[in-house]
Amino acid sequence: MRNIHTDVITEAVKKMCIEANLALAPDMEACIRHAAEVEDGALGKKILDSLIENMEIAKEESIPICQDTGMAVFFVEVGQDLHIEGAGLTEAINEGVRQGYRDGYLRKSVVADPLLRTNTGDNTPAIIHYDIVPGDALTITIAPKGFGSENMSKVYMLKPADGEEGIRASVLDAVKNAGPNACPPLFVGVGLGGDFELAAKLAKKALTRDADSRHPDAHIAKLEDEILDLINQTGIGPGGLGGKTTALSVKIETYPTHIAGMPLAVNMCCHVNRHRSVTL
Amino acid sequence: MNKKIQIPFDKEELKDLRAGDYVYLSGTVYSARDAAHKRMYEAVLAADSEEAKRAALPFDIRNQAIYYLGPTPAPEGHVIGSAGPTTASRMDKYTPMLLDMGLTGMIGKGKRSPEVREAVVRNGCVYFAATGGAGALLSKCIVSSEVIAYDDLGTEAIRKMEVRDFPAVVVIDSAGNNLYETAVKDYLASRK
Ligand code: SF4
Repeated sequence: MRNIHTDVITEAVKKMCIEANLALAPDMEACIRHAAEVEDGALGKKILDSLIENMEIAKEESIPICQDTGMAVFFVEVGQDLHIEGAGLTEAINEGVRQGYRDGYLRKSVVADPLLRTNTGDNTPAIIHYDIVPGDALTITIAPKGFGSENMSKVYMLKPADGEEGIRASVLDAVKNAGPNACPPLFVGVGLGGDFELAAKLAKKALTRDADSRHPDAHIAKLEDEILDLINQTGIGPGGLGGKTTALSVKIETYPTHIAGMPLAVNMCCHVNRHRSVTL
Repeated sequence: MNKKIQIPFDKEELKDLRAGDYVYLSGTVYSARDAAHKRMYEAVLAADSEEAKRAALPFDIRNQAIYYLGPTPAPEGHVIGSAGPTTASRMDKYTPMLLDMGLTGMIGKGKRSPEVREAVVRNGCVYFAATGGAGALLSKCIVSSEVIAYDDLGTEAIRKMEVRDFPAVVVIDSAGNNLYETAVKDYLASRK
């Protein structure tokens, strides 16, 4: 059995928190640059140009791309043959968040109680989704999530009879409702199937996919393309100021579901779609 | 059109601004977001005279601008960290009261409620949008920053900031025109 110490995990998480917030992954950067090249809305083009300048300044000066450095969301795959030594795994991840948000000069955006609203001061606790998988590796994916876009996310409990048409209409509805609030151009994560809460989790997971990836199932990949096309015909554009780039990407993750239902979740993300992964 | 605008505002000058104008703002702006708004709002509601209401606010809001902002901490050698706008609609509940008390400009991103638009028109104010997600770029236009109230709120404290040539676009002008409605229609029409 393989052993791993939680100190190693904390250190890796700390590093990922900082890196994810200071620079977009190359796939995200590439699709923003491409959008700026093809945008034909006058104000929309201005917005995209400033986003490129923004990425460059963030990198040069080591300051976060966006001031909302997010709530730290993790997808963690734990190999069932792995033995973890030291503190608890959850505490080790939270400690990495604590150190990363402190040493990286990232914003502390978490309140301890949804109603009393006192800031926890260190951006913990993180939101951690665990999966037990075969093997002895530990894979940690971080996706710091800003709430301007998170607030515009939705769950639709569609009926089987709603079909593809219902899916297209619902995602479009969510995007129109989000408009300028979610900092378009958007990255749209869609969870389809499962049940109420799994659909939402799949939608978040969809945001961690590479911008240039395609769903392995042809009918889902086609749906991703069709929905992206529809969204970009709305004219909402960058910043909601008019243009052809309302979304950069639409990603759909699916799971088997019940004979009576077709849950659909739309997790809205902005162009600052941050994610990093490490396998330890 | 690109225009340079000074803050504190001259309300006469604001009358000429139209939704869609691209502007560069210079002067003083105050940062405030959810928690600071709630606190200001409750302090004013609790006060019983015009004078007491004014005194309940941590700064004189007349002709001033609030920037809906919670920045990242300033690293060594920086005035401020990343400093882009947050979604304005969360402040809609509190905004008409502040506009009626003399607040003149707001900088944020995203839609506003009909009540805010009415208060903007009633008081000859302007709602500006800055580019969401461009916090590193916008931080370069902030030349000084000092927490002046609600220190305990951390990133949500009220800061007095000097800005120089801060880029923004007029979204709701003093006549009530709304760029988010017109820009998308105009863009779609231009493609036909
Ligand atoms: S929605 Fe995204 S880009 Fe906009 S402020 Fe939030 S994190 Fe930043």
